[in-house]
Amino acid sequence: MGKKRKMPGLNTSSTADISFMLLIFFLVTTSMDTDQGLGRTLPKPPEDDQLNNEIKVKERNILNIRINKDNYVMIGDDYASLSDVKERAKEFIKNENNRPNLPELKPKKIKGLGKTMMVTENHVISVQTDRGTDYGVYFMVQDALVAAYNELRDELAKEEFGYKFEYLTDDQKKAIREVYPQKISEAEPKKYGGQQ
Amino acid sequence: MSRFNKGGGKEMPEMNTSSLPDLIFSILFFFMMVTTMREVTLMVKFDKPVGTQLEKLARKSCTSFIYIGQPIENLRSQFGSAHRIQLNDKFAEPQEVYDYITVERGDLAEVDKPFFTVSLKVDHHTPMGIITDVKQILRKAYALKIVYSANKPRE
Repeated sequence: MGKKRKMPGLNTSSTADISFMLLIFFLVTTSMDTDQGLGRTLPKPPEDDQLNNEIKVKERNILNIRINKDNYVMIGDDYASLSDVKERAKEFIKNENNRPNLPELKPKKIKGLGKTMMVTENHVISVQTDRGTDYGVYFMVQDALVAAYNELRDELAKEEFGYKFEYLTDDQKKAIREVYPQKISEAEPKKYGGQQ
Repeated sequence: MSRFNKGGGKEMPEMNTSSLPDLIFSILFFFMMVTTMREVTLMVKFDKPVGTQLEKLARKSCTSFIYIGQPIENLRSQFGSAHRIQLNDKFAEPQEVYDYITVERGDLAEVDKPFFTVSLKVDHHTPMGIITDVKQILRKAYALKIVYSANKPRE
């Protein structure tokens, strides 16, 4: 045992290759798709004693959108195209001129805005489909309805606070939501346009 | 000129690659964080519908997926081309959704249970009948938060 020898450095040139292999393994086995979609809340399942007494809603407060098995869209009593859905929904939700065939306006005190506004509080938009309706069409109608709500909320947000809805604080958002509550009914399935 | 004479000159020093592993490790960790493990092999083919008003899924760990679409090409001969539901790694009938949801929700921690969401990944040609059935069962199973999964429109 004479002189201390210098320990030779560990050869680390292959560490890079090893970590490359790990990297590639992760690239292959994982997916990066960020899932996006339209969120919905389903109604609670009906209790047994409730089955037969459906909640009564005044006729003027309902906007019926029906899609038959050939993917034709009907709003209220007349045929419409997909592009009409958004405008009709906006008109329905807002009822700007207090028309008798659109939902009733009720005064509602909105805390966040510090004033009372006329709100179509009891409106319901119901989308009914046939069993044969394409999901794609149903989805586009749902998307248009959400777009209608979002546009109305944006308009009001700009008017009241000067910003778009998404830039508001949580309290402000809550106030706006109180004026335009999202009420899309997930209706019980029915059969439409089965026979010609 | 002798300036460009290289005969017996100095050798080019080798580049120091000792930090290369660290670099690649950091890329690796980045990918591990932003991606999620692919849980299932898809047995159905679906083109998701396109929507403009989408929200990002808040908590992926509390989400269960239900896939509905036509079986992929290789399985067509065996399962036909009717639209089917896929849960985990096998085809299922609508009634089986109930058990699937119960099991999936049971696996979650108690704190996460209120955030339990079901994401429906459905082909846009699927008839609504199947989806309505599934939705009715989800209601019964008290899995009331659902997401219709969709794609953003391409620019």
